[in-house]
Amino acid sequence: MAAKTVNRRRFLTTMARTACGVSLFALGLGFYARGSKALPPEYIRPPGALEEEKFLSACTRCGICVRDCPYDILKLAELGRDNAATGTPYFHARSGACEMCEDIPCIPNCPTGALDHSLTDINKARMGLAVVIDQENCIAFQGLRCEVCYNVCPLRGKALSLDYQPNKRSGRHALFIPVVHSDACTGCGLCERACILEREAIKVLPIRLAKGELGHHYRFGWKEKAKHGGALVTPDKEHHFNLPKGVEYDYSTGRIYVKNKPAAPNAPQAAKPKGGAASILNRGIQEAK
Amino acid sequence: MATPLEELGHDALAQKGWLGAYKWLIARRIAQVAIIGLFLLGPLGGVWILKGNLSSSLLLDTVPMVEPITFLQMLAAGAAGITTTTIIGVLIVAVFYALVGGRAYCAWVCPVNMVTDAAAWLRRKLGIKSTSKIPDWARWWMLGAVIVLAMATGSLAYELVNPVSMTHRGLIYGMGAGWAVIVAVFAYDLLIAKHGWCGHLCPMGALYSAIGSYSVVRMRSDNRAACDDCMECFEVCPEPRILPAALKQGQKQGLPPAVLSGLCTNCGRCADICSKDVFAFGLVLPRERMAGPSREGAGRAEDETLKQAP
Amino acid sequence: MKMNRRDFIKTQAVAAAAATAGISVPAVSSAQAGDDGIRWDKTACRFCGTGCSVLLGVKDGRVVASQGDPDAPVNKGLNCIKGYFLTKIMYGADRLTKPLMRKKNGKFAKDGQFEEVSWDEAFKLMAEKFVAARKAKGPKGIGMFGSGQWTIWEGYAGQKLIKAGFRSNSLEPNARHCMASAVGAFMRGFGIDEPAGCYDDMEAGETFVLWGSNMAEMHPILWSRITNTRLTKPGAQIHVLATFRNRCFELADNGIIFKPQTDLAIANFIANYIIEKGTYNKEFVEKHCHFTKTPTDIGYGLRANDPREKKAKNRAKGKLTKISFEEYAKSVSKYTADYVSELSGVPKEQLIKLAEQYADPKRKVASYWTMGFNQHTRGVWVNGLVYNIHLLMGKISEPGNSPFSLTGQPSACGTAREVGTFTHRLPADLVVKKDAHCKFAEKIWKLPAGTIPRANGKMDGKPQPDISGKPMGKTLIHAVAMHRALHDGVMNCFWVMCNNNLQAAANFNGESWPGWRAKDNFIVVSDPYPTVSAMGADLVLPTAMWAEKEGAYGNSERRTQFWRQQVKAPGEARSDLWQIMEFSKYVKVEDVWPAELIAQKPEYKGKTLYDVLFANGFVNKFPFDGKIKDERGNEYDNDESAHFGYYVQKGLFEEYRRFQWEGPKTGHQQAPFDAYHKARGLRWPVIDGKETLWRFRAGYDPIVRQVKKDAKDGEVYFYGKKDGKANIIFAPYEPAAEPPDDEYDLWLCTGRVLEHWHSGSMTRRVPELYRAMPDAKVYMNKKDARKRRLRNGSKVKIITRRGEVVTRVETRGRNVPQEGLVFIPWFDAGRLVNKLTLDQTDPLSKETDYKKCACKVVKA
Repeated sequence: MAAKTVNRRRFLTTMARTACGVSLFALGLGFYARGSKALPPEYIRPPGALEEEKFLSACTRCGICVRDCPYDILKLAELGRDNAATGTPYFHARSGACEMCEDIPCIPNCPTGALDHSLTDINKARMGLAVVIDQENCIAFQGLRCEVCYNVCPLRGKALSLDYQPNKRSGRHALFIPVVHSDACTGCGLCERACILEREAIKVLPIRLAKGELGHHYRFGWKEKAKHGGALVTPDKEHHFNLPKGVEYDYSTGRIYVKNKPAAPNAPQAAKPKGGAASILNRGIQEAK
Repeated sequence: MATPLEELGHDALAQKGWLGAYKWLIARRIAQVAIIGLFLLGPLGGVWILKGNLSSSLLLDTVPMVEPITFLQMLAAGAAGITTTTIIGVLIVAVFYALVGGRAYCAWVCPVNMVTDAAAWLRRKLGIKSTSKIPDWARWWMLGAVIVLAMATGSLAYELVNPVSMTHRGLIYGMGAGWAVIVAVFAYDLLIAKHGWCGHLCPMGALYSAIGSYSVVRMRSDNRAACDDCMECFEVCPEPRILPAALKQGQKQGLPPAVLSGLCTNCGRCADICSKDVFAFGLVLPRERMAGPSREGAGRAEDETLKQAP
Repeated sequence: MKMNRRDFIKTQAVAAAAATAGISVPAVSSAQAGDDGIRWDKTACRFCGTGCSVLLGVKDGRVVASQGDPDAPVNKGLNCIKGYFLTKIMYGADRLTKPLMRKKNGKFAKDGQFEEVSWDEAFKLMAEKFVAARKAKGPKGIGMFGSGQWTIWEGYAGQKLIKAGFRSNSLEPNARHCMASAVGAFMRGFGIDEPAGCYDDMEAGETFVLWGSNMAEMHPILWSRITNTRLTKPGAQIHVLATFRNRCFELADNGIIFKPQTDLAIANFIANYIIEKGTYNKEFVEKHCHFTKTPTDIGYGLRANDPREKKAKNRAKGKLTKISFEEYAKSVSKYTADYVSELSGVPKEQLIKLAEQYADPKRKVASYWTMGFNQHTRGVWVNGLVYNIHLLMGKISEPGNSPFSLTGQPSACGTAREVGTFTHRLPADLVVKKDAHCKFAEKIWKLPAGTIPRANGKMDGKPQPDISGKPMGKTLIHAVAMHRALHDGVMNCFWVMCNNNLQAAANFNGESWPGWRAKDNFIVVSDPYPTVSAMGADLVLPTAMWAEKEGAYGNSERRTQFWRQQVKAPGEARSDLWQIMEFSKYVKVEDVWPAELIAQKPEYKGKTLYDVLFANGFVNKFPFDGKIKDERGNEYDNDESAHFGYYVQKGLFEEYRRFQWEGPKTGHQQAPFDAYHKARGLRWPVIDGKETLWRFRAGYDPIVRQVKKDAKDGEVYFYGKKDGKANIIFAPYEPAAEPPDDEYDLWLCTGRVLEHWHSGSMTRRVPELYRAMPDAKVYMNKKDARKRRLRNGSKVKIITRRGEVVTRVETRGRNVPQEGLVFIPWFDAGRLVNKLTLDQTDPLSKETDYKKCACKVVKA
């Protein structure tokens, strides 16, 4: 009798202790899992990766993508060393960026849909978005001829283009400003990797951090017009103006000009170089000052 | 009569020679190392036989394999990303282990086995007897917790700490602080609970034992009449409470001469250690299984034996 | 730099944080202590011919900072990405600091391993080898290969050592591979070297035409200037001609891709278009031009036994024949829009759009070209064809109207061309072909008459005596011929300085490598780093570079810039100047001069070449008191002056200046030495302290009135020619030496990229630049790639008749070749592109054509 009671009591204690232990384990792990859900912004998932939430439920942490990457840029996060969820694949653009292989070898062998198998055009990958994050230190904004990010961009001209502007400071040089276009940037990170600064001025960020969002109510008129292929409302009628004789008014540019007046003659060539040339030159020097 | 601990295995060594007394142990170690080796052959030697790791892998760049516990968590976490390949992969693995003994994974494949075996060996050498009393069904609670966690977090949460996948992945891809987890398992097994991790807590072991409940490859004990009750097999068996049903106790109850429990890891240590050659690998067909009492009955019988054991 | 404990902990914390984020923070930047105590001084950029001025910051004997010079008119404080990293080029981990000699069992051995030796041992062996080779093989037995990166005085000292000291004309600069065609055309067209215009044309011009110049990458700061004009000046246009789409096309109003070699036809088409339209400047042409034609079918500068050379009717001939305007017009009339469009693959509209710019008398047109024109088997011709266009229209020598050849090296003009470190030249446009020029040089240098070998080995019609006891014979030997001479054992000693010729010269497998390693040849390489050339050498001399010595460079627009020595060179590294002068102490006059010559100046008996050439009473007359001071009171070292005991650089420059001011050719006058340390460069001719922007036009160029007293303001006079008239030279289209065929089915074009300079020996040691452009890939048209089942990143073998190189394919790079052509940059020492190239040259300028040979590309 007594033995039986003891046995039952022991059984119940064991039961409670086990429940307690397992629950504590689960609770701790649960919080840890929550904490590991946010991928640090400097970590980039391979092309075709599902959005982070889904990715963490779909990736088996097998590393087949790591093996299939011909450039060996992918790594599996290691416990304690990397901030991404342990065992999940990522790359860090500054140390090794995605080379955007045309055949995307990292995807087809993924045993789950963690890497989207329907992605077959690498240009459509959206691993993140490059952002010229420090325009004060980017030497291109100062007029130095760098453009390394632009030169290495696999979608040069589409994902990253140069905006040419006069360099007002020097008065005779131009600025070659790198501009990223989110409709084409795949977030491969080659620009971040190549940036020649001590710490990169262009970084690939998760799209959620990199992109703003326009007020849902607002449209850019000229873009809508272009999209529509013409005015969205009835086109403007032709305008007529009260003008003195011989004067014309260009409605679109808002310029007034006198009709039939011959254009100012160009400075005669070769014969009289001195005045013209010197003045051009002097102007250049003054502007530079 | 029961052999004193310090003489464990002496008889087998004397009777069968070194090779005979360790053949399954050696075979298992070879298998465990070879599997890691095959995974490393690709990145190191450029020969791609196995790619990935145990969580999921690709055999000869064609046959997919997916770990059942990973799959179960994926399902629980919302089933995102499950593809035909995933299902084929998990089926290949599940069917294989259903046939060869679910927990054969634990003994022949799992890299943590080497850690816990080492802990058990050291425990014997140091004569550590004290053990914390964790019920061995705690592993089923663990399995439950793993699934609930996956559901609750929508991610493969257990994979953040799973010592099995972490050790294996660590060996192949880089360990990071994963060493700490391995050390923890070792210390736990050595100092706190005998066969603590594999025999009581590991949810993967639980799942594999379920998969292998009706496996065909089993440890047979056709020669159980020769048993001289030296109890050496009980000492080395990671799941000792499943043995009586296969030995004289089971014979009395009319149970088939085999270790039928899914908890058996097919490690073969009982066969190695037995100087009377009571145990040998063999096949147990469903017909024979049906002949005996139900699995639950067998389980109860086991529990009873354990309670009666000194 | 002291760090207290707190700083240290902070730094460590930053580093730890950075390490977890995977970012490495170099130790230097984390311990930045501000700009206190940095001494700033001006220098000229070490890289291309643009000539940007850079301020260098020195602290504790090390260059720690740099900035673009905001007061320099060329760059206004800007730099390109290479200039941005100038501070790093001297601090590569593998700087050479001791002379290294190949040795076996303690003795020199051609097949030995490099061992450290003393300078004394190095120079003793060198002297022994050079003297022996000079005695045994005559003037061509030895050779020196210098550089357009030499400072002006280094070139000048090299010139004296080889031409006067060793009595050999085997002196060439790497500028032979780079600018020789431009020089050839200047001399033929105008009788004087270097452009009439200057960079201010980039603001003054309206239309800019780039002929074979990828200015966007190769002259980044100049391209920035043209871009600004294009953006800010209404109606400004940019026309780009190239054989592959390059970065310049992004801004081009007319981007023309032509089939290789057909630039000859396109230029002639424009001349024809102008004549047909009748808009050419009749008055200008009548007053200032001759019409001439050049012999055709002149070969390709290959070895004489090559079938292509045997077939050539007028091999290497270039004597001009006068023709009438009508004959000229008839000659170009063949080049109609239809014919040229067909030949070049350029749509007619594009050709006409380009021609209209030139043909419109009102438009100011500046033409720029670089290696696309110069590295061309018809380089002199094609340079001339563009001059023809400008001369026909009178669009020259005035703001905005400017045919302009850009240089690729910082002192291709200042040193190679102005000092004349070519086999045929002497300082200030003098040539060894002319007895009078040689005699003048001998006078300035205080040498016995007849010391300098004449081109034909004869003075006053009599053979010049030689130490070898044999007649000198023809003494001229150009760069490519030097490698052939080494290969054939004609030349046995070769000293390469300040360039990486083994990587740079064409046909590595066939000519340069076997020549360098032939067992009887002794190769000396002076280099700061273990380059490909150093690896091929027998004796490597560690060299002080750039800011480790006082220097002077001359850029593309005739601007001469000086700098002071900023820091000391590491270890035993010594400047090229020191090496040349110190080595000259190891050779006695009797070793290299015949008795007849010494007899003329008995005082030179028993003297060393150093005594005769440098301690000659002029070079050594400027005292040096131990430190160079600037006007702000800063002090600088001058290691050469400290060693030799006088202001060496000043002495050499002032002696060199006598060639400009007293010589038979006028127009190269430079300002006194001291003036250059004060100015951000001066553009010569500098007369009465005033610089010259546009040459050959009275008012702008004071030389015009020196030659033609009554010239009115604005009057043009090409004073390089006796009658003041420039040559319009007709030259036809002729095919390339090795066009693609069925087996080798692609054109191979080599060149450069923005991130690396030339052979990459400096820029590849800058980690950031290496990361930005690690390896040379082969740029290929997508269609060509697809045809060969290649894709971006595929590993391929490029194969020519001479060798093969393994690399990866780039189909989406910044350069997009036309179908049938591949482009590969040559900076990568790991991929020696010159294993592929053909050692073909312009037969007139002897400049190698690296832009056109046939190759095939297969999967590797």
